Amino acid sequence: MAKRTISADPATTKAYEHARTQDITTIWERHEAMQPICAFGDLGLCCTICYMGPCRIDPFSKEDIRGACGAGRDTISARNYTRAVAAGTAAHSDHARGICHTLLEAASGSAPDYKVIDIEKLKTIGAELGLKTEDVSYADLALQLGKRLLENFGKSEGTVDFVKRAPKGQQDKWEAAGVIPRAVDREVVECMHRTHEGVDADPKSLILQAIRCALADGWGGSMMATELQDILFGSPKPIRSKVNLGVLKEGCVNVVVHGHEPVLSEMLAIAAREKEIIDYAKSKGAEGLTLSGICCTANEILMRQGYPVAGNFLQQELAISTGAVDAMIVDVQCVMPGLAQIAEHFHTHLVTTSDKARIPGVNHFDFHEEKALDCARELLKDAADSFAKRDKSLVDIPQESMDLVAGFTAENTFHHLGGTFRGTYRPLNDAIMSGRLRGVVGVVGCNNVKINHDHNHKVMVEELLKNDVLVVQTGCSALACAKAGWLRPEAASEMAGKGLQEICEAVGIPPVLHMGSCVDNSRILIACCEMVKEGGIGEDISQLPVAAAAPEAMSEKAVAIGLYAVGSGITTFYTPAPRVLGAPAVLDYLTNSMEQDFGAHWVFEDNPLTAARGIIEHLDKKRAALKLDPMMYNPDVARSA
Amino acid sequence: MNDTKKIFAISGLCTGCRTCEVACAVAHSKSNTIWGAITELPAPRYRIEIQTVGEVKLPLNCRQCDEPDCLFACKAGAVSKDPEDGQVKLNLDKCVGCWMCVMVCPFGAVTPDEGSSKALKCDLCEGRSEGPACVSSCPTHALIYGTIDNARAYLKNLGNKGIVIKSA
Repeated sequence: MAKRTISADPATTKAYEHARTQDITTIWERHEAMQPICAFGDLGLCCTICYMGPCRIDPFSKEDIRGACGAGRDTISARNYTRAVAAGTAAHSDHARGICHTLLEAASGSAPDYKVIDIEKLKTIGAELGLKTEDVSYADLALQLGKRLLENFGKSEGTVDFVKRAPKGQQDKWEAAGVIPRAVDREVVECMHRTHEGVDADPKSLILQAIRCALADGWGGSMMATELQDILFGSPKPIRSKVNLGVLKEGCVNVVVHGHEPVLSEMLAIAAREKEIIDYAKSKGAEGLTLSGICCTANEILMRQGYPVAGNFLQQELAISTGAVDAMIVDVQCVMPGLAQIAEHFHTHLVTTSDKARIPGVNHFDFHEEKALDCARELLKDAADSFAKRDKSLVDIPQESMDLVAGFTAENTFHHLGGTFRGTYRPLNDAIMSGRLRGVVGVVGCNNVKINHDHNHKVMVEELLKNDVLVVQTGCSALACAKAGWLRPEAASEMAGKGLQEICEAVGIPPVLHMGSCVDNSRILIACCEMVKEGGIGEDISQLPVAAAAPEAMSEKAVAIGLYAVGSGITTFYTPAPRVLGAPAVLDYLTNSMEQDFGAHWVFEDNPLTAARGIIEHLDKKRAALKLDPMMYNPDVARSA
Repeated sequence: MNDTKKIFAISGLCTGCRTCEVACAVAHSKSNTIWGAITELPAPRYRIEIQTVGEVKLPLNCRQCDEPDCLFACKAGAVSKDPEDGQVKLNLDKCVGCWMCVMVCPFGAVTPDEGSSKALKCDLCEGRSEGPACVSSCPTHALIYGTIDNARAYLKNLGNKGIVIKSA
């Protein structure tokens, strides 16, 4: 069989080949064994909702075939899609709920290791929500805020609080479509109810509920998670670090955190710098202790603490197969159960820490927030004990690691652009209006084993940068570009178009801005609100020269994120298409008529270069509608000069 | 002809999932991908179909008969039995769409394609390097492409699990 190209990242390819020489089975082999993928499922035409089925609809039939209950292909696909959105929303929002509880515990003193760090943000959001901010202690204000935000999950009246942050245009469109999210849990529950056997069969009505649920994620769960994490752990500031498997150190105890929640990892980040822990590691024969991460737990400790990143989603197994990971501490989401089988080949101490996420055969550690730091110390000491058992002959770490700058937020990014005196979006808007910048595009999302790892992210972002598009990123997508070196300020002069280069060099930022984890996609929504508020480039988000893309999407969370982006007026390029291709009416609504209701639509384009050119065309269309100046530099001329 | 390569279906392994039907339609589409195929007009047609009788499920397609009724019935001379490989071939250039083959096939394996007014039957995915698409798509390996001896050996390997071979 021809050798498969599994990754566009050399470190990943090396680590994979090393794993194969040791007969270690990884996601690529398991995925191969799953071929052929069932076409009914892939097209969204398989319904497993009730127990009269499973039913599946022949996509090639000339007859109007229906499932046992009479549901046609559009109903079946819309129901499946709505459930995916509900699951994605549930994941982000349950994450937010956890942070909400941590804030309450911190404020009430029952979890003394946690403190309110960003007092400014606490006060700002307190005032925004009309809480009593005068003559109260920070702890009291945090208690008020925690309780208020917790209500957003299950309140029976009103709407999700942060919906009011959206520009009037968005709120009017949501009102007209009847999709203003009421409470996070309620929207998830309603999705599940409507998709139950024999309830909502109208594809459009189902999709509108899915949009309402997704908005409860973007403007609810995800946004709350971001804001509360900033308050509890500090708002990120630009910070230098490194990325890729080469951050693992042969002589050190290597601890890798993986998953999504920063509650434990922030404590590990503190403990890993303590003398006691470092001395303990040294007493086991190590030179020191290296803490790094995978996926969004990595992004959280990168953004706030500057800890290095070992890799993104498809590198999780390969980190272990370097033989140099002494402990992998996992929490929730994107943690593959296959890690357990890989860890069996090595000394690696794989440990689950969330009550919500256990893996058969894997040790579970009961993490208690009341004694969080002690828990963190215990885990790090376990890792040092595991180091003593490491078989050095099995260690093979790819040397690649790349410098990066991360830690951008909706608040701080444009403080840079705005100069010393005051943070403002004016320079950004001016740059867009004058044609120095074409627009701003969020390239976000996962890795997907169906797609050559990191390839789509890199091809798309490279093309956008050449064409003077400022790229903002989160999640595994940001890590893909970080590995390519595009999160270094120097990357601007190496590859960006002339206009973007001028901006980056004036301010000293990279052409690709890392805005955090996948819940931090809410930062991009806030940035869009600020651009509208600053004025001159659109009355609402759907008029802005902006777009979003998830070129290697994999999870249900990505489905929800994409839908709240489109629902919020941001046209989104998404690969691979969600499971709606077998449902003509659903497909038409998402990729076409959604524009009339929300001012944005989906584009499902598998080729990342074609998609990037589509994005550029989309930005140009928005620019033309706003009668903005023509682009200052022609990318083809600038490049050859 | 015992050395004719054909598609054998093992009913005891078939779950009736109809993946073979979809794979067949895709293999006979212009785009050759499922996403492309479902939007093509005219819609690509499959040449294998799951028949279900009670609990028994069986994918049915051309059995490459030793004495094909369709061949004898074809007035246009469009059906032939290849002297080399023994497979039953349909020459669409000669087919006039009289549907005699459709009438006489005891397996219902030849169907009329109203769109083109030509007969439609399994061509064993001629020219496809991986062999017939239905065979490579079957998740339970209920379809085998090979000679009768290959099929027997395959069954022997599976062990005697009450599996019945249903083939011409």
